[in-house]
Amino acid sequence: MRYAMAIDTKKCVGCSDCVVACQTENHVPIGYCRDWVVEVMDGTYPQLEMEIRSERCNQCGNAPCVRCCPTGASHFEEGGLVLVTADKCIGCGACIQSCPYDARYSHPDGHVDKCTFCNHRVEVGGKPACVEACPTKCMYFGDLDDPGSDVSKVLKTRKSKTLIPEAGTEPYLYFLI
Amino acid sequence: MASRRDFLRVSAFGIGGMFVAAAGLKLQASISDLNERSDKLYLNLIKTPTYCEVCFWKCAGWVYKTDEGEIWKIVGNEIDQHCNGRFCPRGTGGVGMYHDEARLKTPLIRTGERGEQKFRKASWEEALDMVAKNLQNIADKHGPETIALLSHGSGGKYFTNLIKALGSDSSAAPSFSQCKGPREIAFLNTFGEEVLSPERTDIRDTRCMVLIGAHIGENMHNGQVQEMSDAIDKGASIITVDPRFSVVAGKSKFWLPVKPATDIALLLAWIHVIIYENQYDAGYVEKYTYGFDYLKQHVKNFTPEWAYGITTIKPGTIRETAREMANASPAVIIHPGRHVTWYGDDTQRLRAVAILNALLGSWGRRGGFYQPESMPVPSAPHPPYPKPRKTWRDALNGKFNMTELPLASEFVEASLPDSDRDLQYKAWIVNGTNLIFTLPDQQKTIDALKNLEFVAVVDTMPMEITAWADVILPECTYLERYDSIRNSPHRLPSIAVRIPAVDPKYDTRSAWWMAREIGLRMGLDDYFPFETQEEELDWQLKELGTSLEEMTRKGVKNFERSWDDLYIAKGQEMEFFTNTGKIELYSTSMAAAGFDPLPVYTKHELPPAGFYRLNYGRAPMHTFSRTSNNPNLTDLMAENTLWVNPKISKIEGIENDQYVWLENSKGIISTFPIKVRVTERIRWDSVYMVHGFGHQNKMLERCFGKGASDTELMSIVHKDPVMGGTGMRGNFVRIHIEKPQEELS
Amino acid sequence: MREEIIISGRMNPNIDPYLHIWHWQIPLYLFLGGLAAGILFFSAYNHVTGKEEKYRAASYISTLIVPLLLVFGLFSLFLDLKHKMYFWRLYTTIKLESPMSWGAWVLMLVTPLSFILAAINLKKVFPGWKWKYPLMQTLDDFFENYRRTIAWILVVAAPILGIYTGILFSAFNARPLWNTSILGPLFLVSGLSTGAAVNILFSKDHAERLAFTRIDLVLIGIELFLITHMFMGFMASTQVQIDSAKLFLGGPYTAQFWVLVVMLGLVIPAFLEILELKKFKIPAIVPAGLVLMGGLILRFILTNAGQMSRWLY
Repeated sequence: MRYAMAIDTKKCVGCSDCVVACQTENHVPIGYCRDWVVEVMDGTYPQLEMEIRSERCNQCGNAPCVRCCPTGASHFEEGGLVLVTADKCIGCGACIQSCPYDARYSHPDGHVDKCTFCNHRVEVGGKPACVEACPTKCMYFGDLDDPGSDVSKVLKTRKSKTLIPEAGTEPYLYFLI
Repeated sequence: MASRRDFLRVSAFGIGGMFVAAAGLKLQASISDLNERSDKLYLNLIKTPTYCEVCFWKCAGWVYKTDEGEIWKIVGNEIDQHCNGRFCPRGTGGVGMYHDEARLKTPLIRTGERGEQKFRKASWEEALDMVAKNLQNIADKHGPETIALLSHGSGGKYFTNLIKALGSDSSAAPSFSQCKGPREIAFLNTFGEEVLSPERTDIRDTRCMVLIGAHIGENMHNGQVQEMSDAIDKGASIITVDPRFSVVAGKSKFWLPVKPATDIALLLAWIHVIIYENQYDAGYVEKYTYGFDYLKQHVKNFTPEWAYGITTIKPGTIRETAREMANASPAVIIHPGRHVTWYGDDTQRLRAVAILNALLGSWGRRGGFYQPESMPVPSAPHPPYPKPRKTWRDALNGKFNMTELPLASEFVEASLPDSDRDLQYKAWIVNGTNLIFTLPDQQKTIDALKNLEFVAVVDTMPMEITAWADVILPECTYLERYDSIRNSPHRLPSIAVRIPAVDPKYDTRSAWWMAREIGLRMGLDDYFPFETQEEELDWQLKELGTSLEEMTRKGVKNFERSWDDLYIAKGQEMEFFTNTGKIELYSTSMAAAGFDPLPVYTKHELPPAGFYRLNYGRAPMHTFSRTSNNPNLTDLMAENTLWVNPKISKIEGIENDQYVWLENSKGIISTFPIKVRVTERIRWDSVYMVHGFGHQNKMLERCFGKGASDTELMSIVHKDPVMGGTGMRGNFVRIHIEKPQEELS
Repeated sequence: MREEIIISGRMNPNIDPYLHIWHWQIPLYLFLGGLAAGILFFSAYNHVTGKEEKYRAASYISTLIVPLLLVFGLFSLFLDLKHKMYFWRLYTTIKLESPMSWGAWVLMLVTPLSFILAAINLKKVFPGWKWKYPLMQTLDDFFENYRRTIAWILVVAAPILGIYTGILFSAFNARPLWNTSILGPLFLVSGLSTGAAVNILFSKDHAERLAFTRIDLVLIGIELFLITHMFMGFMASTQVQIDSAKLFLGGPYTAQFWVLVVMLGLVIPAFLEILELKKFKIPAIVPAGLVLMGGLILRFILTNAGQMSRWLY
């Protein structure tokens, strides 16, 4: 089992619903977020290109945050999910420093927090809140080991990329281009 | 052969079938059973149906609460055609509307001058008595028709009932004269029907969609955004005409960076190519349209070469895009847009859009425009309304005859001290529309507000408009109240209900209750036969063959269509609701009213040296100015920015993130500075900002002074002579690095 | 023009607009740790080589402050923790891959040893020293027997501690400025240099002072070499590392780094130390103070600049 997400940059309009949906679903405090949207513009008017990406934790296969965590609070869970156990976390910030995607933040309660791929929903067969909220249906989620899953199917037919694979993190957040 | 009606029945069945199949496949569960699963997951949670009030799209959804009974999240109702189970950021962030601590909390009565924002708290008794007494005085003194209602949203219905019962028919929403009016009038005079809301565009099945200044995706009209995404998936091509590189321009096969204010020239050139290259749907045009020969003659000289000189779009591109549309015909949509009050000749531009659609045979065709149907909802029985002695048309003094609806901006004209209108307004009830930020030429609105004898404002939030009220009635949010049945037109007729998820916070009440309480105080009991809205809804729903109990469980109910006419069948005889009974390429009504029966291009003013055209638009995370203080949504976007082309940033000597002031050509300076965003996405002759920021009401703690208000810079208004829409894109601004001193004169 | 912006308003505190999750606590902790490692190493080395009486300040006097340095350092680290009540979780696991973890464990070893060493050195520094409680005297006598064992442990553990202060940074692949293995040796040498400076300050023996001045001069030389080497490495590396080096070569940290760290913290004290060796009279406090200040500022700047350096995507 290997959970992954693919985001279609051709369909994403950058509305940021994924961000609010995550915020309400996971009680992320106002002023913080686990996911965010990036707009990349290239070219000179009127020869322009735009890419919009909904980004979040890459649930890396070789997660530097898990490696750096001194207490084991950051750990791998079934399906390759990288999670933080709040009452093991001392809030040292090492994992935040170790993440090249700046996907982690320090929760006002003290522990470090990040995207969980909505593990609580996935566990019972659901999908992450962002995926289910997205009005453009630009996000695909599922198990890469299951060839029939949404994410496997879309990755088979579409060209995709990951973010800074050269950082050696083995990211599992794909962007369809 | 199965009729289309059967097909629909089959597909309705299909949804149920998917549901059963999904239960067996744990991981590949379809969207339809999400809520079932969520229920398993959160067994102890209660979900309440609602439809969203953050914008006019009114998506139906579910409100979930936490164990403590606090509102937790709002998600879409999967059988709702408006949202298909997916809310937009504003709908999802609707929770913030409830939690916003800056909300209006108690009735307030003005103690200082109007606009000074000095109020004292009052009881509901006192506030309602005061409203009733003032309205009665004005009705006695000037006649009830001098009472006007300006509203946007659910409350409008209840107050319309109130003023109609009194004897006034002046109920206007700025969504007509400041937004979609020209489109509705243009389509009405072409096809005999309006585009309506949600728009009847069949985007999900289109093969080519043309967007002219419409920025779907940035305007988060949920259903359209969803269907556009589906269309992209299916390989539809998008042609975007916009001087700004909008989000959808980035997803388009063709982006035409048109010179601002020249769209009609482009449209005429397209019509020219389609006619003279014989690319139009000849059978459709022959059978259903009127005036093709006039049109053909009319556009004879409007060649792409002619348009090139005006629009700066190359002739080759104009031809190529015209062929692209024609190849997709009839599954093509020249999208009519929504906010179309731009340059004052907007009805004519939208007529050109309508004509282009007619030529390509897209009206009433799959992938073009479907024929929507809505459920007729019976209104509560009441005696007939008294006939108003003067109607809203009397406030127009014979102008804008072709409008079908009252014009909010003309209500202002008819409320000014020196107004010469046959009907002059003395009192306003304002509900859910922040007129100061909605109507251009702010000073006029303020002059009118100063001149009125009585102003009551009903809103959930303190806004610029509430500062001008004599009495402020705090409305509870949509999450805390019942509202009337949503019966918007769609592919399938449907109804949706809004059930309160929680009790009203603070001392707030629903607009339904307020209107009734005022009515009772004015002896209008017969017009408010039900004591609670719950009873009224239950009665209405039972008339529709369901009940409040059933709807509380389901939230949404879709019905079958009464006829199998979602699309025009092949060879079907059609009678259109126009003078000729045909689709009028040549508009007989417009000709009769003395307007150009065929659209013409008129040249518009260009920005003077040192000035830039003020272009404005929407951000997906905000609805105008009403969401600016919503904690969840300010989190996504706290202020607007001024988009400036890199070339201009060099000339003006400004950098990214620098704050600048704007001054328009009438010398009006923005109250607050705005942050610069240097970007290639905007032309060098324009600047761009998102509408709805720069709030001046200090009670809006989160958004006060954040960003600039585009509305306050709109001093020049180009009124559409056809229907009175207020063209707002003819305003020019210059950039100041330091705050300019206002001249004392 | 290329534009890359977050359009969903992300403003996570201390993460946006640029990372600044570590403030003053971590660089101070690293400085104190490095300094303690330096002092302990010299003391332990003298003991191991039997020169403890020759260099009394380095072997005995300086060690008295080490427990204080480490306690302050650990307290500073504690202040950095945002979930403080779970501090003990550090000592429920050993995670070899996490420098934070093995740093915690090295300190767990070194700190008690530093207390013991300081305790048994009290009588060497204050000849009339008497413990108030007999138990303490007993312990003193007991550990005195193991003085050389402790020294042997520390001669290995102290450099590990010193290197750790650098590896803590260099383990973060996400921060290109830190992601260089030079940082371990650099912080070790810098720690040793600050340790030597303290020894110079505390020593009343001219010969010892000259000896440590000579040592410090060599260490400063190595430091300058490592810094040069580090920048050469960056400039010859990938874009992200070139960019991170540019923070110091024309970027926002240029002035503070080259003036405060390199000139005032390394070159000028080295020059003064050369003069000292050439028999000029230089007050010990000046070069030693500059070296200590330089060491502290080096860590502050590297902490801040490192957080500013990032991957591009």
